[in-house]
Amino acid sequence: MNTVVDASAVPGAPVPDTASAGPALEVSGVSVRLGGRFALREAELRVARGELVGLIGPNGAGKTTLLRAALGLLKPASGRVRVEGRDVRPGRVAIGYVPQRHEFAWDFPISVENVVMTGRTGRLGLFRRPGVEDWRAVDDALERVRMADLRTRPAGELSGGQRQRMLVARALALQPAVLLLDEPFTGLDMPTQELLSELFVSLAREGRAVLMTTHDLAAALYSCDRLVLLNRTVVAEGTPRALSEDAGAWMETFGVAADSPLLRILKAVA
Amino acid sequence: MSPAEFLTDLFNPDLAFLPKALLIAVMSSIVCGVVGCYVVLRGMAFIGDAVAHAVFPGLAVAFVLSGSLVIGGTVAGVLTAVLVAVFSQNRRLKEDSIIGVFFVAAFALGIVIISRAPGYAGSLQQFLFGSITGIPDEDLFIVAGTGLVVLGVVLVLHKELVTISLDRETARALGVPVFWLDLVLYVLVTLAVVISVQTIGNILVLALLITPAATARLLTDRLGVMMVLAPLIGAVSALVGLYVSWSWDFPTGGTIVLVLTAAFLAAWFLAPRQGLLSKALATRRDATGTPPVAAAGGQGVDGPV
Repeated sequence: MNTVVDASAVPGAPVPDTASAGPALEVSGVSVRLGGRFALREAELRVARGELVGLIGPNGAGKTTLLRAALGLLKPASGRVRVEGRDVRPGRVAIGYVPQRHEFAWDFPISVENVVMTGRTGRLGLFRRPGVEDWRAVDDALERVRMADLRTRPAGELSGGQRQRMLVARALALQPAVLLLDEPFTGLDMPTQELLSELFVSLAREGRAVLMTTHDLAAALYSCDRLVLLNRTVVAEGTPRALSEDAGAWMETFGVAADSPLLRILKAVA
Repeated sequence: MSPAEFLTDLFNPDLAFLPKALLIAVMSSIVCGVVGCYVVLRGMAFIGDAVAHAVFPGLAVAFVLSGSLVIGGTVAGVLTAVLVAVFSQNRRLKEDSIIGVFFVAAFALGIVIISRAPGYAGSLQQFLFGSITGIPDEDLFIVAGTGLVVLGVVLVLHKELVTISLDRETARALGVPVFWLDLVLYVLVTLAVVISVQTIGNILVLALLITPAATARLLTDRLGVMMVLAPLIGAVSALVGLYVSWSWDFPTGGTIVLVLTAAFLAAWFLAPRQGLLSKALATRRDATGTPPVAAAGGQGVDGPV
């Protein structure tokens, strides 16, 4: 508050731009009711540009609910979600979403580049066909995930890792400031996971705010800048190093005892 | 009957209903072929069946009141589609159960309504199995006009319809109005069904929607090609079906469907990459250890086997 007052007091001083100064994704006090009970209670989460944040929690902890609220697909009972300082609304703010791979219709006869172009359907709006600018965005997105040489391949013929990269490219086609990834590692082998981790880290370093849910603790501890432990609400958050020493937070999040293999893995990785 | 004789009959003024039936059958096959691509790719065959049955009470009401069959059928089909869409919001029941409830109910309602009409048995059979006689001239224009509208909407909304077919959640996140597009697709399916019901009948119309698109899917991995192939297969099958039924005095709807099925089976066995035949050949090639490159170069073929 003080800085704002000071800034306006001095003539000609630059007014702080709240949109770029604040976190790219800001979830504040979000509660979501699903079927009469709270799937999420007072969730607080911030992701800045340049940051890769891992969202960790057991099944049913509300990870997907949090992502859906962040996308504006669920109306929170309370709280708000802001992207670059603006209230989130589907199609209104550039937020890239990479769903779990099984959400996608892989038997659909469509080429990789056309799938990536569907990422711009909402931006294009009704009745408009893709133009030069749209194809350039698609080219960039494909280039970014190193799929340019597979662009004419039918989507259904891709391997698991390629499929995941295509879905990332579709999200990147909007050139979003925020990228949300839902379980990107599920069902992929280790080398593929490592390549994807590297991709996500570099996507963040280029100035995007990247948030991913995952059950893969090793990958999350290794590549994420920060981890958020979720179980109906945010139990704890911090750097992987700090959190791996906080056994209590993990026990609370996953409801496990002190001798759980989970905690032993945690110690081994840290 | 030779094709030449069929052609003569087509231009015989005493058989004026024949070219009309052919035109309507071909036009509705084209429309159904295009719309059917979405139905097949989204696994909506059951919904297609439901809509086909749901138009029945509308047709019956229109028939009893001597109104327009197209309008009657469309109103009933869309009403049922909206009911299904609204009732599906209840999470306790899956959509297919809701559809199961409503389309049989609609069909039952149609039977009760049409039973009040004079000449009940004859008209019922005509609705269920189609008829090529007694098509009024204005229906030609109604079918053509409706068909153009359907194809126009598909052209305009293609990008959106593909986006929601690929993955609905992402489409929603992109701000694409998924619910409304679903509704539009139901209406398109309904219109395609309604304009086809007359020649092919209520029970068999599903074949016109599903079989050409399914056949085309076997032949290509590209949506654009599929959406050209499906109406082509449908139109040719309608032509061949009408010719065969006229020559041997078979029921028209049934014959067209059997021709379509033959095309589907042919594609199943002979498709270039996915067909059983090419798979069998590929297996044999692998077994004999002949590299595919050599075969393609023509050297492996000429050598002693």
